Order: sequence, then structure tokens, then C-alpha cells
Amino acid sequence: MAESALLELKDVSKAFGGLRCIDKLDLDVAEGEIVSVIGPNGAGKTTLFNLVTGIYRPDEGDILFEGRSIVGLAPHAITNRGIARTFQTLRLFLNMTVKENVMAATYGRTRASIVESMLRLPRSRREEKESSRFAEERLGFFGQRLMGYRWNQPAYSLSYANRRRLEIARATATRPRLLLLDEPAAGMNPVETLEITELIGKLREEGGYTILVIEHDMHVVEGISDRVVALDHGVKIAEGTFEEVATDARVVEAYLGTSAMERS
Amino acid sequence: MSDVIPPRQDGPQAPSESGPQIGVDEWVARRQGRLAAPTTMAGRAQQQLTRVPQWVLLVGFVAVVALIPVVTSDEYVLRVTADTMLYALLAMGLNVAVGWAGILDLGYIAFYGFAAYLFAELSSPHYGLHWPTWASVPVVIVATIILGFLLALPTRRLSGDYLAIVTLFFGVIFVTFVTQGYRWDWLGFGGTHDITGGPNGLTQIDPWRIFGYELTKVRDYIWVEVAGFLIVALVLAFANHSRTGRAWRSLRDDTLAAEVMSMPVNRLMLLAVAVGAGVAGFAGAINGAYYQGVFPSSFGFATLITVYAMVILGGAGSLPGVVAGAILINVLLEVLRDPDHARWVFYVLVFGFIVAKIRPWRVLGAVLGGLVVFGLVVNAIVGAVWPRGTAGPISTGVFEFTTNGWLAAALRHWLVLPKDTYEVADYQISNVAFVILICLVLALTVVQGWWRYVLLVPTIWTAAFVWETHLIEEAPTTRPLLLGVILIVLMAVRPQGLFGTPRVEVV
Repeated sequence: MAESALLELKDVSKAFGGLRCIDKLDLDVAEGEIVSVIGPNGAGKTTLFNLVTGIYRPDEGDILFEGRSIVGLAPHAITNRGIARTFQTLRLFLNMTVKENVMAATYGRTRASIVESMLRLPRSRREEKESSRFAEERLGFFGQRLMGYRWNQPAYSLSYANRRRLEIARATATRPRLLLLDEPAAGMNPVETLEITELIGKLREEGGYTILVIEHDMHVVEGISDRVVALDHGVKIAEGTFEEVATDARVVEAYLGTSAMERS
Repeated sequence: MSDVIPPRQDGPQAPSESGPQIGVDEWVARRQGRLAAPTTMAGRAQQQLTRVPQWVLLVGFVAVVALIPVVTSDEYVLRVTADTMLYALLAMGLNVAVGWAGILDLGYIAFYGFAAYLFAELSSPHYGLHWPTWASVPVVIVATIILGFLLALPTRRLSGDYLAIVTLFFGVIFVTFVTQGYRWDWLGFGGTHDITGGPNGLTQIDPWRIFGYELTKVRDYIWVEVAGFLIVALVLAFANHSRTGRAWRSLRDDTLAAEVMSMPVNRLMLLAVAVGAGVAGFAGAINGAYYQGVFPSSFGFATLITVYAMVILGGAGSLPGVVAGAILINVLLEVLRDPDHARWVFYVLVFGFIVAKIRPWRVLGAVLGGLVVFGLVVNAIVGAVWPRGTAGPISTGVFEFTTNGWLAAALRHWLVLPKDTYEVADYQISNVAFVILICLVLALTVVQGWWRYVLLVPTIWTAAFVWETHLIEEAPTTRPLLLGVILIVLMAVRPQGLFGTPRVEVV
């Protein structure tokens, strides 16, 4: 990498019992890049995210963020360093309101202690106001979709697409530098998929985030990626521009099997 | 290639700025429609309640309770008020861990007991310590908070069933400790030592003393509780609407997501248990002084279940809810002490349940009509065959009888009342009837269709018979029984509790 990498995985391995989910993986993401991770089901894409966010601890190897190792840190500490993620299976705080969902994620960026909150001391009041304004701004990123009357609705009343949007808003409320998006277009209709493609570009331009995204929809991958990384059985099988990866023999084999190769 | 965003195609219609109104909005509209025009009574009450700002509710409630000692000097009413306020404090404390953070903390009552005992140790002749109130109460609260931290430390990584078992173990061990604590032997060195007074508890506890004024009357403690309630309610409401409160509710909804969204889950769980323990500590310090004695039996399983019932019935997570739950359950328990009152509760409950649950209307009419006819016929037959069987009096407790009141008069013509329930043969009848009742209830759960309504008639009649001849006389057994029934009925009607909002687990 010419620039210094924001996120760097060195020789990372993770096994569950005898199953090697990630096998000696090297990966780096430069500041300001949008990198897509593709691969068939079970290739280890989500495991990769879980390793980076500290939910799993790698068996071997090192993960560097901004040049410092984050292995062994608790997930909330890693988030405070500047990595935020969304989940493939949506994990919103369903019984809280839309705005509260986003405000909750500012926890790591606020400092008022429980005593200050209980007594409504100045710092607590100031941070409340800031969090509220910040949450509104984050929700405003999605146009009118999550605005107005929606703020005070419970998250469970949102549509699937809006839940995905809310998850992105919540992740950005932790003020990250690196955003990990786990299948942001899953379960969306064609119009919404198109919209999410634009959105990911907009996220980088306006928010300045570096983005690592897992995606199955190849139109989305084609539309957003600076670079594509293909995984299969925990091993990186291809890396490069979309065209390079899409035409790579091993990628086609991983998706379609060997006989497809022979036929073509 | 990299930054190129695919041009929007003219395929499906492009989203407008306000977004396409698909699916969800219909659902939301329907839900909002229901909220705007609720159909049930509880729903309507809740709607009215949510319109009132919460601080108005708080001030109103506090003012009303504070005026009770001014309006009445009836010792009984005052005692019930003081007990209820103590329970309200406890319920609010439990709500922090259970309602907000979603931690199933069954050791909560040990904090309450610990605080009461600590206050007793510090201000009774047991050790000859007579600390002033301004010192002992803060020490008790802080010590209970520390105990909360210590107990939560080994449990903070547990959740669900495991957490329940371990915390329940703490609760049980506390009762064992204070019951056996009168022969504490310092690991076998230096003979035994009486720490807790054992089963007899600690007595002669000093009353609170505030600004030289000694609190000896019940009404003094009501005012202390009202002031404490005001502070605790405000502080907890503020905490709930802060970053910490949001974090608690986040980890209740999804612990993993909360952790990944920058919230230190373990620390927050400790904090929730400790804050709840602090409230329990305050309530415990009042308990010791107010009852002038502490006993192991006050802090056992029964108290824990009562406080839990208050939180769940009122709606876990809602402060006005748990307070309403505390009032409802404690007042109900008092009402059920008196058979004349308990009788009304019983029949209103049975009647209410029938009317609420049986539809269509003609079936409801048939069941009610059938009930009346069934009772009258049985009464007539028994009266003709065995006159003594219908000549009994209506009981109003042990060895007290009444013949007054239209309800009593109606019951005399509808039920079979053996003359003397203390005669062996008659007592046996009601025992047998109790077994029959259980069989009927079991049968009721098995049969289907209109047989169910047919069977319902003798079941209710038998229930009334057992109630009048047996249960009503044994208030200590009947009270928890009836309370259980009320809870079951309420939970069936409103699973989220009286003021709780329905919670969605997985969608």
C-alpha cells in the first residue's frame, strides 16, 4: 500500500474446533477506500467482521488499526478507537425509539457519570443536548425517511429497509473512521438497492468514512468498490478491481463449481 | 470505475424524497389508530395517563400521599399507607435492574434485608451503637451499594436462567446467614458470637432522628417515605433519560449490539444492580426504624415474589407502572384480609372474567342464566332432601357470621351451605368439593366446544361453594391463592402489565 493502511490484518487465523473459518488472512484497507468483501456463503466474511470488532479473538496473527494492535480489546473499546459496524441479521434496540437507538450509540463519546446524570448536572445536560442534535443530524442523512414523527416511534415499527438505514445511522453515531457494513443491501428491493449503492458513496464523500463492506449483490459491489477481496473457506482467493476479481478463475469456481468452468 | 455510481434506471419508480409508503406505514397507521382510539378500559386509562406529563403525576401522587396523615388518624390506614410506600420504593429499585437493564436479579431482597440489618446493628442495643441518623442512613446506603457491586461481580457474565439461579442463591444464603448468625464462630477460633440475633431478629431499634425531632409515629415515616419517594423517582427518571439509562435499555434489547455500539456491558450491568441496591438500601434503613425490629422472615422468598409481582403487574420498565403495581398489590392484600371484602373481590373477579371472556353475547347470557338456574335447582333439591344442608350461615371469618346484605341473601338461595362447617361431616363435604373442583378445572382445560360452557356452570358453582365453606375462613392460604388468580387473569388480559408498553423480542 502506498498510503499507510488504516486497517491491517496480518496472518490472521480463526478456527472453531476443526473448522478453519479464517486461514492466514492478510488484508489492508487504506484511508478513504471502499473495499468490498465477497465470497460464497460460509466463506468467513462475517467472521472477519467479528474478528475486527473484537467479538472473536484471532487464534493467530495481528490486527492493526491506525498502526496499533486491537487484538484482545473489548468490542466497546474497539468501537471507541473508531471502528463501527452494522449486522447482517439486523440487531437494533427494537423497543427503543428511532432517535434513542442513535443516541444510545453516542455512549462512548460522552462522559457524564451516573451521578451527574441523576442530578442533571451541567455536563450531563450539555451532552444530552449535543447527543440529541447529533442523532437528528445522523438521521437526517437519509433524507426524510427517518425524520419527524419517526423519531419517537419504536424501532420495531420500521420497515426492513428503514431498519437497515437506522443501523447505519446508529453505527455512524459512534463517530467511527472505519465503517464495516455487513450486507447492507440484503433483503432490499431493486429501488432500495440502488439507493443504498448511492448512499455508500455518499457516506464516504460526506462523512469521510473508510468503508469495508460485505455484499452479495454484484451490482452494488460493482457500483461502489475501489477494490474487491474474494474469500473462500477463509482464504483470500482474489484481490483487485471488480473486473479483475469477477473474471478470476478461482472466484468463478468458488461460486459456481469446477464443472461450470469446464463448460464455459 | 471506482467512484462511479450507476445511473438511476427508469425501471421501477424512483423513490421520492419522502420515501415510498410501502407496508410499514400501514402497520404504523393501524397501530396509531388503535392508540388514538383504544378499545379496552386499560388502554383508555393509559392513553389519558400518557397525555399527562410525568412530573404532574409525580407531584400529584406525592401530594395526595403526604396529605393522608393529615386527613385521617386511623392507625390501620396509616400503617397500610406506610407499608405501601415502602413497597413502592422497593419496586422502583428493582425496576432498575429488571425493567431497564433486563437483569433477572432474584437476590434483590437480600440488599433490602442487608440494609435493614445493618441499620439495626448501628442503632440498637445489640452492640450498644446508637449512631445518629445522619450518619447511619448514608453509611447503610453506601454499604448496600458496595454489596450490590460485590454480588454483581461474579454474576455479570451470566444471563437468563443462570443469572436467576445464582442471584436466587444469594437471596437464600442471606436468610440462612441471619437465621444462623446468632452463633457465628469465626472459623472455629474464639467461641461463638451473636451477630444477627438469629430467628428472633434484632429489636429495640432506635427511631430516625431528624433535626432533633424523633420519628416515633407512623405518620412521620409516611412523610419520610414521601420525601424519599420524590427524590428516588426524580433521580431514577433522570437516570433513565440519560446516556446510562439508554445504555441499560440497549443491553436489555440486544447485549451484543450494545457492546459493539461502544457500551461497556459488564460495567453497566454492575451499575444497574448497584443503583437498584442503593434504593433498596434506603428502603431497608426505613424498614428497620419503622418496624423497630428486623427479622429473617421479612426478607425471604415471599417478599421477593411480592415485589416482583408488583413490578411485573405494573409494567416492568415504567416508573408510574411499578408504583401503581405496588399500590394495587399491597392494598389488595390488605383488602383480602377481611372475608367480607374478600368475598366481593372473589365474586366481582369471577363475574368480570365471565363477562370479559365469553362471547358471543347469547352464549354469555346462557352461561349466566345457567349459573343462576343451576344454583337455584341444587339449592331446592338439597333443601328438600337434607334441610340442614341449606340452613348454614354466611361466614365472615372465623366464628363470625352475617345474614345481612343482598349478596349474602342471594348466596343463601343459590348455594348449599351446610349448617355448621366445623362439624366433621360438613367439613368433609367441603374437602371433597375442593377435590371435585380441581377435577372440574382440569376437565375444563381438556374439553372442547360447547361442552366447555356446559362444564363451566358447575365448575363456577363448586368454586363458589368451596370458597364460602372453606377458603374464606383461611385468609392466610386464600390470599396468595387469590392473588395468584388475579395475576394470571391480568397477565392474560394485559401481558405487558398495567402501564407497560408491549415489548417486541424478535420480529
